[in-house]
Amino acid sequence: MTRLVLEGLRKMYGPTVAVDRVDLAVEQGELVALLGPSGCGKTTTLRMVAGFIAPTEGRIVIGGTDVTKAPPYARDTGMVFQGYALFPHMTVAENVGFGLEMRRVPKAERGPRIAEALRLVRLDGYAERRIAQLSGGQQQRVALARALVVNPGVFLLDEPLSNLDARLRAEVRVEIRALQQRLGLTTLFVTHDQEEALTMADRMVVMNHGRVCQIGPPEELYERPADLFVAGFLGRCNIFHGTVETPGILRAGAIALPCDGGVPGQAAAMVVRPERVLIDVQAGLLPGRIGMVTYLGGLTDWHVETDAGTVLVTRPTPTPGDRLRGLAPGDVVHLDWAGRAGRLLSPEPNGELA
Amino acid sequence: MRMVRAILWRGGVGAVFASVLLPMLAVMWLSFFDQEVVSFPPEGYTWRWYVNAWDKKQFARGFVNSLQLALIAAVLGVTIGTAAAYALVRARFPGKEALGALMLSPLAVPGVVLGTALYVFFVEVENVIDVDIRATLPGLIAAHVLLTVPWTVRLVAASLQGIGPAAEEAAANLGARPWTVFRRITLPMMRSGVVAGALFSFIQSFENLELSLLLVGPGRSTLPVEMLNYLEFRIDPTLAAVATIQIVLIGALMLITDRYVNLSRVVS
Repeated sequence: MTRLVLEGLRKMYGPTVAVDRVDLAVEQGELVALLGPSGCGKTTTLRMVAGFIAPTEGRIVIGGTDVTKAPPYARDTGMVFQGYALFPHMTVAENVGFGLEMRRVPKAERGPRIAEALRLVRLDGYAERRIAQLSGGQQQRVALARALVVNPGVFLLDEPLSNLDARLRAEVRVEIRALQQRLGLTTLFVTHDQEEALTMADRMVVMNHGRVCQIGPPEELYERPADLFVAGFLGRCNIFHGTVETPGILRAGAIALPCDGGVPGQAAAMVVRPERVLIDVQAGLLPGRIGMVTYLGGLTDWHVETDAGTVLVTRPTPTPGDRLRGLAPGDVVHLDWAGRAGRLLSPEPNGELA
Repeated sequence: MRMVRAILWRGGVGAVFASVLLPMLAVMWLSFFDQEVVSFPPEGYTWRWYVNAWDKKQFARGFVNSLQLALIAAVLGVTIGTAAAYALVRARFPGKEALGALMLSPLAVPGVVLGTALYVFFVEVENVIDVDIRATLPGLIAAHVLLTVPWTVRLVAASLQGIGPAAEEAAANLGARPWTVFRRITLPMMRSGVVAGALFSFIQSFENLELSLLLVGPGRSTLPVEMLNYLEFRIDPTLAAVATIQIVLIGALMLITDRYVNLSRVVS
C-alpha cells in the first residue's frame, strides 16, 4: 500500500511564495491531477515530491515514510519528464534497464523485466534501437517503460503529453490511464490541459498562485466550482454579477435570473455553463440578439447579446430544417436555464461564498 | 540583384577561407624551396630542409619535450576544467559569475605578460619555500595549465548548457547517486565537449612560445622555443619544414578527433 501525503507543503524563493501550504493525500491506486495556469506551483509541487526541490516548510510522506529530507535517489518514485529526458547515449533496453541496474537487480532478471516493460508500452522489438531512431510517441513510451519497470511506489508525470501532436495525445492519454489502473499505481500528474485532467484523473487539484483552490472529482469541480477562478479555468462559463432577491432569483440590474438558491440581499456572482443554457426562437426568459455563430461540427456556439451582457450558448448543432439552424447575426432569440444550472459564487475571484 | 548578392556572398566566404589557409599553404610551399634565402620565384624544389630538420637533434628533442608537456598540461587542464565547468553550469553558489570570468581570464592576458608575471611570481614563491620552480618541468606544466583550463571550461560549459539537467534528474529519480549520475550520464553526454577541450588544450600548450620562452630550463626547450633559437642564426627554410610537419600532425589529430566527435558542432 503506497499512499502519498503532502502536509502543509510550502516553497519560498526569497520573498516569493511558489507553493503555499498544500495539503493533499493521494490514495493507493488513485490518479490525482494537479492543474493550473503556468506559474501556479503545480510543477514545483511535483518536483518537491521527486526530491529535486527542497520544501521550505511541510512534510512529504510516501508509504508511511517521511521523505521530506531524502535525496531523489532514495525516494520510491518513478517520474516521466516533460521532454522525456531519455539517455541519448544508451539503447532503449539500456534506458529501461537503468533503474533496475541502480537497484542492483541481477542481470539475468533484468532482461525479462525490460522485455515485459517494453511489451507493456507496445515497444517489443525496439530494445536495441537508439533513442534518436525513435519517433516522439515512441520516445514517450520508452520514458513510461523506464519509470514503470522499477515498480515505483509513486508514479509522477510532468506534462507527459505536451510534446505530442493532438491525435497522439488523445491516444496516449487513454493508454497511460489504462496502464495506471491496471498496475494500481498511486499517481500524481501535472498538466495545464484541463481536458487531460478531466478525462484522466480520479481527483483534480486546481491551483493558482501557489495555493490549492479546490480538490475533488472532475464532475464536482466542473459542476460545483468553489470560486470564480476554478469556474473560469475549467471549461467555459457565463458570469452574472448581482444580488439575490429571493432564494432562486438573482437580480442583475433590471433583470431577474434563475439561480440555485441563495440568501436574500447577498451579493453574488452566478456561473452558468454554456451547454446548460437553452436557446429558443419564440419564448424564453432572457431575450437577446445573435452576435456571432461558430460552427464546431457536433456543437455550435452562439454568442447572444442580452441586457445582462453577452451570453455564450453551446448546444448540439441543430439538424437541417431546425429553425435554430438558420440563425444569423442580428436575429432575435430567447435564452433560459434551470435554476440549478445557475451556481452562486462569491463575487471575489478567489473567495468562498459567505 | 540576387545574382550579384550571391556572387558577393561567395566571394566573401572565399576570401575568408583564403586568408586562413594561404599563410599555411605558403609555409608548406616554402619548405620545399631549393635555396638558403627565400626568394621568388624558387630556383628549384628539394627535400633537404626536411633532412636538415631531422639531423638537427634539437628539433626532435624539442618535439618530445613539447609532446610530454602538452599531454600532461592537457590531462590536468581537462580534469580541472571539466570539474570547474560542471560547477559553473550546474551548481548555485555566490560569486559564480566572478569565478567564471576568472577561469577564462588567462585567455584575455597577452602571453608575454602572463609569462613575465609568472616568472616574477615563481621567484617570489621560491624565496619563501626555497624550492626551484622556474626552469623545472612542474613549473612549466603549472604555467601551461593556465592555458588549458580556460579552453576546457569554455568548451565543456557550452556542451553542458546544451544538455540541460533533465537527463541527470531522470537518472537520480531512477536511483543513481550523484557520482554515478556524473559517470554514467553527464560525462558520456558531454563527451564531445571534453574531447574538443582536450584537443584544443593540447594544441594551445604544444604551440605556446611566450610562456615557455620565459620558464623553460636548460635542455628542456620545447619545439617553439627551439625554432625561435634556430631563427636567431639561420633563416633557411628548415623552420618551414618543421612548421609543415607540425601543421600536418595537428591537422591529422583534428581529423581523427572529428571522426569520433563532431567538432564543428561543439566549437560553433
